[in-house]
Amino acid sequence: MIRALLLALALCLAWPPAARAQAAVDPAPLTFENAAEETRFRSLILELRCVMCQNQSLADSNAQIAHDLRREVLALMRRGQSDAQIREHLVARYGEFVLYRPRVGPATWLLWFGPLVVLGAGGVVIWRIVAARRREPLPPIDDSQEW
Amino acid sequence: MSTSPTRRSHGRWLPLAVFAAIAVLLAAGVWLSRNPHRDALPSPLIGKPAPDFRLPVLHEPGRMVTAAELRGEPYLLNVWGSWCPGCREEHAVISEFAKTKRVRVIGYNWKDEHSDALRWLEQFGNPYWLVLVDYEGHAAIDWGIYGAPETFLVDGNGTIVWKYVGPMTPEVLRTQLLPQVERLEAP
Repeated sequence: MIRALLLALALCLAWPPAARAQAAVDPAPLTFENAAEETRFRSLILELRCVMCQNQSLADSNAQIAHDLRREVLALMRRGQSDAQIREHLVARYGEFVLYRPRVGPATWLLWFGPLVVLGAGGVVIWRIVAARRREPLPPIDDSQEW
Repeated sequence: MSTSPTRRSHGRWLPLAVFAAIAVLLAAGVWLSRNPHRDALPSPLIGKPAPDFRLPVLHEPGRMVTAAELRGEPYLLNVWGSWCPGCREEHAVISEFAKTKRVRVIGYNWKDEHSDALRWLEQFGNPYWLVLVDYEGHAAIDWGIYGAPETFLVDGNGTIVWKYVGPMTPEVLRTQLLPQVERLEAP
């Protein structure tokens, strides 16, 4: 939290020079050779997470590192790498974290199946309550009450 | 009533059990979030060889340095930029450590302007044995760098042994970096 606040502050303080540096550093917007390449690129960056602003995908983020990583992804595509190879390339450098859809494994079982387990447990509880109620006779209607 | 007493008592405790489960879950969340450094990504590169790079030197444009040339002795690689307030903040800590000359301290000037970088070092002092320049930020991707400051410790074989994300403080220096350096120095 403190780091995030500091970062926000830092960005505010550093904005004018950073913006200048960014304008100078950023290459022309990425250009695509054809629609198929663009479609593949867009779907790929949608499921990769920006490492800096951790709640955004590479597609959404405007962070400097997201620019760099998008450029890297396109370069890898043009080098003939498959989607899986590109994901692996980024995971080797930044860790599993860059994947929005983490792989199924012992470390992520809870993440993948936890919600299903909770849902199942809730279902069992409701089913038991309903079954218990069905066995109970309806209470007699109480007419003795006066308004 | 047709329900047995045991069934009844089970039902009575159910809301409490659900409440307790949620309380435990929330407490775990609070417990896990107490670490102010939880945004820092663990680097998968620790224990792996430092990436191959070939980068120019800030003070000698034209001279290129490669990963292979730096091998043989350990070094501390400190990622910084003149645009980065956190780097200014940790500058004194890095300088203090550099004075001990226990390992070479190498600056990694990331996505900066050449003149800004030179001016920054003139103004605040240059603690670095060597400053590498990565203007494009391409080699930085191989290091898994995603912000500045970041600091890596690389051993004599060229293996990354430690990484710290964010401004180094005297405490980080004392409790994390120095023990790592001592381990490298041990015969």
